[in-house]
Amino acid sequence: MKVRVDVMLKTGVLDPQGEAVRHALGNLGFEGVEKVRQGKVIELDVAEGTSEAQIKDMCEKLLANTVIENYAIQVL
Amino acid sequence: MKAGVIVFPGSNCDRDLAVAFERAGAQVQMIWHKETELPTDLDIVGVPGGFSFGDYLRCGAIAAQSPITRSLIKHTERGGYAIGICNGFQVLTETGILPGALMRNANLKFICKPVGLKVETTECDFLSGYEQGQEITVPVAHHDGNYNVTDEKLAQLRDEGRIAFTYSDNPNGSTGDIAGVISKNRRVLGMMPHPERCVDALHGGTDGVAMFRSLVDSVVAA
Repeated sequence: MKVRVDVMLKTGVLDPQGEAVRHALGNLGFEGVEKVRQGKVIELDVAEGTSEAQIKDMCEKLLANTVIENYAIQVL
Repeated sequence: MKAGVIVFPGSNCDRDLAVAFERAGAQVQMIWHKETELPTDLDIVGVPGGFSFGDYLRCGAIAAQSPITRSLIKHTERGGYAIGICNGFQVLTETGILPGALMRNANLKFICKPVGLKVETTECDFLSGYEQGQEITVPVAHHDGNYNVTDEKLAQLRDEGRIAFTYSDNPNGSTGDIAGVISKNRRVLGMMPHPERCVDALHGGTDGVAMFRSLVDSVVAA
């Protein structure tokens, strides 16, 4: 069973890397890019029957730092 | 006084930290991260700087899940002393022993230079050798030292006098210019600058000496 976890910085937490990417896009001539947020995608291959609760636990304990990050779980 | 320094794969300030403790009069032992329990007679545990586990996932995130770190959490819950420097500070925030999180520097650059710090409180055994408001110079060397904490938590840290140091000239975008914080029981200190890199005249400064000495003196006196 494949699971995809998207980890993004919470709204309101300044994202210096996203800001740098936005600047770089502007420098390349791409106009109108108002905001860039950079996060990460983690793909897991887990045993069939792994519960959403277990995956949530993985996110809370390790995959995301919930002080600054949100996560979204998607079973593929 | 007995000190232990935890060594993770990728730690690189462990020996400097051990020397700083020894110079202050502590007996030091190095503890490999695969150990499951800390020796029970340790007064203080040091979590050194470096790049534990290659900074994979997030700085300090994997080390925070190490078996030895579970033992460290128990040590702090028992009221034991601990100091986390640089990557060690990142580990302590990842475990939740200290509040907040350390993010990529606002200018995205690795910053490696001596910086001015203001001592914000002396009501802590690590800090009693300084004067309140004293300016000291300590080197920083980090890519992810941008301390992030919610407004409510920042207010709480200020109310409780738990900000150890602030930067005189904020190099990394840290909230409230924070360079280091202490735990509620004032026995755990986490800081991005490296006090162990300024304990010998050959380091170019000795402003870190007072921290290790005051800690050892308070433990010995207790």
